[in-house]
Amino acid sequence: MRRRLPLSLHLGAALTLLLVAMALLSLLWTPYPAEQVRVIARLKPPSAAHWLGTDHFGRDVLSMIMVGARNSLAVGAAAVGLGLLGGVPLGLLAAALGRWGDEVVARLGDLVFAFPAVLTAILLTAVLGAGAVNVVLALALFNAAVLARVTRGAALAVWRRPFVGAALALGRGPLSATLVHVLPNIAGIVVVQATVLFAVAIVNEAALSYLGLGIQPPSPSWGRMLGDAQTYLFTAPLQAVFPGVAIALSVMGLTMLGDGLRDWLDPRHRSSGVM
Amino acid sequence: MLAFLLRRLVSLIVTVWLASIVVFAVLQLVPGDPALLMLGVNAQPDTLAALRGQMGLDQPILTRYLQWAGALARGDLGVSLTYARPVAELVVERLAVTLPLALLSLVISTALALPLGLLAAARRGRGGDWAVLGFSQLGVSMPSFWIAILLILLFSLTLHWFPAGGFPGWGGGIGPALHALLLPALALALPEAAILARVTRTAVLDTLAEDHIRTARAKGVGRAAVLLRHALPNALIPVATVLGLQISFLVAGAVVVENVFTLPGLGRLLYQAIGQRDLIVVQGVVVLLALFVVVVNALVDIACALADPRPKGLSS
Repeated sequence: MRRRLPLSLHLGAALTLLLVAMALLSLLWTPYPAEQVRVIARLKPPSAAHWLGTDHFGRDVLSMIMVGARNSLAVGAAAVGLGLLGGVPLGLLAAALGRWGDEVVARLGDLVFAFPAVLTAILLTAVLGAGAVNVVLALALFNAAVLARVTRGAALAVWRRPFVGAALALGRGPLSATLVHVLPNIAGIVVVQATVLFAVAIVNEAALSYLGLGIQPPSPSWGRMLGDAQTYLFTAPLQAVFPGVAIALSVMGLTMLGDGLRDWLDPRHRSSGVM
Repeated sequence: MLAFLLRRLVSLIVTVWLASIVVFAVLQLVPGDPALLMLGVNAQPDTLAALRGQMGLDQPILTRYLQWAGALARGDLGVSLTYARPVAELVVERLAVTLPLALLSLVISTALALPLGLLAAARRGRGGDWAVLGFSQLGVSMPSFWIAILLILLFSLTLHWFPAGGFPGWGGGIGPALHALLLPALALALPEAAILARVTRTAVLDTLAEDHIRTARAKGVGRAAVLLRHALPNALIPVATVLGLQISFLVAGAVVVENVFTLPGLGRLLYQAIGQRDLIVVQGVVVLLALFVVVVNALVDIACALADPRPKGLSS
């Protein structure tokens, strides 16, 4: 019997698709060039010409949000992609090696978790300078540690199942058993975790860009837009709303997508998880 | 239990030691001469030489690490270049803002999350549950620094109830200081409360499904009493675990939110130190924050192990 897809999966997928579509559209078209400065049209409220108004340089806010979506997605994708590349093999290795490998991954995890991703990013930018690359590195490191831990836990559970023992008894090596039996069985859990980490990466990138340590101007970023808007809260309060809504909807979409995927893959978990 | 405590202590020491190596090593990644980076290209040669001496740049890297780690163990974090004062002194001063801020936000988030989580569990599948889940989803999605800006917009600029930033210090009394810390603490607390409310709801629902609850109900214990006296205490272990994990997010959040409200706390000190290229301050504050996170996580682990009635082999 086909299981019904959870509502959160529908809503999450729709919001995430909207975000991706906006980012892709910004490659082809934005209402105005996102970096076009028009000082005579600065801090305008929303109008027919500028649907979300203009910022303190007279730049079109909607265009900046569209390009900001692209930047957020790029940072998130790079941070999660690198995290997957580093964390999943490490977690699989730890599970396959057993006690000794386990201990190493657990201690490495403890170490990385001692530094919240934002703190690592601050440390890196203090030494290497502000910029998206250092932010991606810091977030990827944190993601790799989380994914290694999740992969290890899930892989250990699969290793204990009889069919893996049977495969080993039939002469399959640990590497082959990992690739053929373990990896396909934990892929769902890893994808769910990666989706949540994507959302966390978007929030952290925004926070770091707000501090001026992330994506550098003139390239628009939602976090920096909020930082700039704070200076003009009296005159243009709406400018402090739109980029925040963009961040919140993206994070909401991705977390709901993650929740929905988990519910769909494992119905016992229905609506009970954290983030 | 003793074995668990010993193992946790050893792992704590190893993590602290590795964290100190990481912070020290990252600071070695500075391209070129760190002293030149901190003082700028127009620095006098003798000032440069003095700073190189203070940072031990003329010595082998291992000696430098041992000296730095030894000083760190004695509570000596070096002398700030910008403030010309010991970093430890600056940290203690700034903790007078950051620590109350963090504690206040923990109190607010727990005070919001426990009743909301209980309410959602008690009204599972009904309006109250959906409202709490909706609040939780919204809270998780909104970054604390955006909430901070919205709070300023509403409570400071529109209603004029709270200051939009700054800190009067504790000298003028507890009232004005707490007044200045309330909005930042609320901004930090709301996303935490959103996560905690969900964890509480799940933990209470899990507990409600257990046999001893059914027994209590069968013996005639009322619904509210079962929730408060049986389900909630049992649900506190997972809630405390998540609360412990949230500490690291709280530290990161405080760094950003202190800057939104220009609060003179550790986060602001760290942020300004980056701008001033005061790597000695950056190094000191980051290593302290990391140690704080590690120690809190270890304490939460130990507290949960002590509170968990199951055999220790299972809980560790």
